[in-house]
Amino acid sequence: MKETRLMMGMPITLEIVDASAAKEAFTAVFDYFQYVDETFSTYKDTSEIMQINRHELALENASEDMQTIFALAEQTRQDTYGYFDIRHNGTIDPSGIVKGWAIYNAAELLHRWGYQNFYVEAGGDIEAVGKNDQGQDWRVGIRNPFNLHEIVKVLSVSNCGVATSGSYIRGQHIYNPKNESAPIQDVVSITVIGPNIYEADRFATAAFAMGGDGIRFIESLRGFEGYQIDAQGIATLTSGFHKVVCSD
Amino acid sequence: MASSPQTIPTVQSIVPISQKITAATAKPAISVPQLTPTTPLLATNTLVQPSATPIPPTNTPIPPTETPIPPTETPQNQGQYKNGVYTGPSVDAFYGMVQVQATVQDGKLTDVQFLDYPHDRRTSQEINAQAMPWLTQEAIQAQSAYINIISGATLTSQAFAQSLYTALNQAAN
Repeated sequence: MKETRLMMGMPITLEIVDASAAKEAFTAVFDYFQYVDETFSTYKDTSEIMQINRHELALENASEDMQTIFALAEQTRQDTYGYFDIRHNGTIDPSGIVKGWAIYNAAELLHRWGYQNFYVEAGGDIEAVGKNDQGQDWRVGIRNPFNLHEIVKVLSVSNCGVATSGSYIRGQHIYNPKNESAPIQDVVSITVIGPNIYEADRFATAAFAMGGDGIRFIESLRGFEGYQIDAQGIATLTSGFHKVVCSD
Repeated sequence: MASSPQTIPTVQSIVPISQKITAATAKPAISVPQLTPTTPLLATNTLVQPSATPIPPTNTPIPPTETPIPPTETPQNQGQYKNGVYTGPSVDAFYGMVQVQATVQDGKLTDVQFLDYPHDRRTSQEINAQAMPWLTQEAIQAQSAYINIISGATLTSQAFAQSLYTALNQAAN
């Protein structure tokens, strides 16, 4: 069974391969994402995070989940040399860590209910568990940052998280009038594969903020692989990345 | 992953479970077989601290290279746009707002500036091949294999395209 809903400003997909897949599981997962949105969305005036941003609510009086997220964000800030930081221009926006954490928790719910073959995907970040409906590891495609209809790499993965951080900074017909032949040296996309989506997402967010150094940061972490694409369409791979590439 | 000669400390890390999940799992689904979990309820994972000799990001500016950019498509309609500077709407990219400003000179789109963007991204520098010479590189290539799921930075991309599209609509002849 598979279902996609637009929530939190993005498509969220759940597929359960197990024959016992029940409608209640889908309802529970999407209800959970709804709760996450209502608590952590910086676009909802009534959310708990916005109450905190308006100083109407102190962190010490906030919900357990909010305090957890703040603690995780601080830990991640330390783990990433400060490149991950939920404080932007005087506002607190934890979305860079909430998404991976929420997907991880949705998967945890499914684990507890006994499911063994499923994936949860939100806005291109994925927790993939067990096998697909062909009995194989999950086939994950990395989108071409220059052409959203194309895939540039196919991964074969199971029981891990895949997160991509990036942007679309160059399109066709754009010329730099100051220097038309100058390449734009910039990273447009980094995909991180890690032991779970919470870890992959927080490090992908930080790695993207590091620019060209991001892939080296991922290389320095045991248990993580990465695929970084620059504005010229050149990809840099961590040394173990070939292990997660589909070889069919 | 790097095969560093130093011992990389291993830290057992437990990802905290949301209080809502703990509440939800108190009532199991009707038709799910009641399997006895063989793993602890809290999934553990091995989080390794960054290597003992961390690789700090460089601050050395890299001079532009002589390598020409890959050829882009020539615009199909020269003079398709009126000269000027056009501002697109601010579009929700989930992580923040994206707003672009398009500049048209001699009828061509010559520049696109971000007026608003979700992250504070430091300007990227070219990877210093000396620091990690074992990392391989490749030109990305379209694949046509069967896939189940797609991972990509879709949100900001769509917001960028949406803001730019509206800006260009203002410019169109």
